[in-house]
Amino acid sequence: MIGSLALSLTIHLALLLLFAPLLQGVITKTKALFAGRVGAPLLQPYYDLARLMRKGFVFSRTTTWVFQAGPVVGLAVPLLASLLIPFGGLAAPISFEGDFILFVYLFALSRFFTATAALDTGSSFEGMGAAREVTFSCLAEPTMLFTLLVLARLSGGLSLNTLFGKHLLDAWHSEAGTSLGLILVCLFVVLLVENSRIPFDDPNTHLELTMIHEVMVLDHSGPAFGMILYGASLKMMVLGAIVVRLALPWQTGWWLSDALLFMAGLIAMAVFIGVIESIMARLRLPRVPQMLIGTSLLSIFALVLVLR
Amino acid sequence: MNRSKLIRFQHGACIPLAELPRLDFATFRESLLEEVANHARVASFFGHPSDDGLELYAILAHDWQGDLALLHTRVADTYPSLTPDCAQLHLFERELAEQYGVRPEGHPWLKPVRFHNPWVDTDDIWGRNAKQHPIPGDMDFYRVEGEEVHEVAVGPIHAGVIEPGHFRFQCHGEQVMHLEISLGFQHRGIEQMLIGGPHPTSIYQLEAAAGDTTIGHTTAYSQVLESLAGHDTMPRAYAIRSIALELERLANHVGGIGGLTTDVGFLPTASFCGRLRGDYLNLSAELCGSRFGRGLIRPGGVQFDLDNALVDKVKQRLAVLEPETRGAIELCFDNPSVLARFEGIGVVSTDDAEELGLVGVAAKACGLVRDARLHHPFGSGETKFDTPVIEIDGDVCARGNVRRREIYASHELLRDTLTQLPAGGIYSPLESLAPDSLAVSLCEGWRGELIHTAITDSNGRISRYKIVDPSFHNWSALALSLRGEQISDFPVCNKSFDLSYCGFDL
Repeated sequence: MIGSLALSLTIHLALLLLFAPLLQGVITKTKALFAGRVGAPLLQPYYDLARLMRKGFVFSRTTTWVFQAGPVVGLAVPLLASLLIPFGGLAAPISFEGDFILFVYLFALSRFFTATAALDTGSSFEGMGAAREVTFSCLAEPTMLFTLLVLARLSGGLSLNTLFGKHLLDAWHSEAGTSLGLILVCLFVVLLVENSRIPFDDPNTHLELTMIHEVMVLDHSGPAFGMILYGASLKMMVLGAIVVRLALPWQTGWWLSDALLFMAGLIAMAVFIGVIESIMARLRLPRVPQMLIGTSLLSIFALVLVLR
Repeated sequence: MNRSKLIRFQHGACIPLAELPRLDFATFRESLLEEVANHARVASFFGHPSDDGLELYAILAHDWQGDLALLHTRVADTYPSLTPDCAQLHLFERELAEQYGVRPEGHPWLKPVRFHNPWVDTDDIWGRNAKQHPIPGDMDFYRVEGEEVHEVAVGPIHAGVIEPGHFRFQCHGEQVMHLEISLGFQHRGIEQMLIGGPHPTSIYQLEAAAGDTTIGHTTAYSQVLESLAGHDTMPRAYAIRSIALELERLANHVGGIGGLTTDVGFLPTASFCGRLRGDYLNLSAELCGSRFGRGLIRPGGVQFDLDNALVDKVKQRLAVLEPETRGAIELCFDNPSVLARFEGIGVVSTDDAEELGLVGVAAKACGLVRDARLHHPFGSGETKFDTPVIEIDGDVCARGNVRRREIYASHELLRDTLTQLPAGGIYSPLESLAPDSLAVSLCEGWRGELIHTAITDSNGRISRYKIVDPSFHNWSALALSLRGEQISDFPVCNKSFDLSYCGFDL
């Protein structure tokens, strides 16, 4: 029992820690190909992390420990959350009834710390970014909860392992398939919002006034900034795991092939994100909450469908 | 009717100062307001210190008549401000106050412009210490008070590699109630450096007046000196200048549209335009060895000729570049997600544009036909120009569309000019400048009309040189266009005007 838990933990964490930054690399590469450029190497996110880790810290004198806690929580939360979520066919190492609520609110905790760290700097930009981030994520939260409720209703359980269990494949073929399709769209939107991707946010912009997430981390530097970037790529993989599991519910039972299918799914998702970013402009900022209210309604509709 | 008091002339004329009637201020004021009411706009307004006070010159442009009007008066330490009756003068009067310590009584918004010490030995009207260089941006900003109102200050150091400027937003949540722009961080004193000229260094200073408008500014400068010297510039030189000017316009407009799409996160056009801009700059380099056209234009002509092989090469390159440019640009103007970001954002009404005296792309986007190539052509190359572009919406999309259509028009103009390149020489040295004279020249740079005015002293040296960059008129329009907009739309609004900081700061 202990042995299998240790094995499962190792595989889970190894997958997460080693694989996550690659997704950013895949997105960047896809965008570069669309733009007719060669683009940065696939492994550039790893090089960036290595570079940042070698640098020193610079802290503003006006900031307190809250500012330093932001990146730490930002890295710890996706790590903890990853232990609750199955990676494709690989079951989550830690699972208990109702863990999906913990999963949702772990991210709220991380957001709280990122936002307070941003406010701690006293910069008007960061305050603006924090206000935007908090507004948008409180609109994204209902979508997330309702989609998980749909899954809970379908599986009859309350742990993420059950929610994303083997029954998903059959559920797609049953009349609940419509609901699953709807929540897949909703979850993908939440993934884009939470990871500050186009069309909701632009991770590459240098324009402080338009930023949402990026502006909150402007004052971090060196290893702290590295932790934020690493945390962000872990978050993308953890949230991506939900989308991929929902979209590719197959599992073989052999951990290696399951892991490979999962990784292939993630890469396909990263390419898809890259394509979206290449063919769409950003939404106007006032459109983002409207879009999120739309997905909330969609997910409620999906819940109504399975509750009939 | 005081029209007889005006001097009316075409640009390119050299006017002896002795022929200029000096009006008393009341007549000056009355004539100026009457002219502006009669569809003239203030092209330039500047002072020239004399022993008995400050000589004021106003140059008014009657675009559709293709001529200019000149008014001249003299003021002492103060004069009643004209701004309340003629808003286009607001910055000119602030500028005069800063340069010569002359107070326009009743100016509603009297603040420094470029943050420098007075040019003449006088008291600073804001009481700043004359021994120290004033701190740029050190002034009272307009403030909105109240619950939930917050102030956002951007710059002068920016995140991108751009020029320094300070933007002060008064916001209510995400909505901008007021934006105030403070420039002057790059003030170099170019106009001052030109006094006593033309110096051997002058042309290089003009090339750097606004680095992205090198051709425009050097052309305007050369035209002024040629007018003063009564120089007959050769048609081929005009044609080459016009080619270089259109290449400069192409490079900057293509780069500008790329910048617009970068700001809304639309990748393909941004990347393609970035590359195409480089291609157009390389064409300028083919002409003269400098991608920004430095060294090409000199008073008296141009320094580099195009031989037939080069003409063919440029034509071939343009034939490849034109469809590529159209493809890249139409990709974004056909994309609904991009148009959703451009349409209805940053609107400047036609009335406001007229009142502020906007020029160039910003004016054309508000439905005002203001194009020096059309109204005030210089030399044979520009007389063929008959395709001014206008849009009427006055929003980001309109400004983008003006630039898009100007790109297409420039291609046409280039093709024509390259095909019908006049034969002959390209350069002949300038005679000495006429003493005690004034000359004005207009040149439609890619941002808009550049107006250079020079006055010579009794020895034929420049005693006052005045540059008006289109940015000088247009920055106020950017501030105006942001009212009631989302603060997150500022970058795309700013990029749609694409104004020069150093062209303003001089």
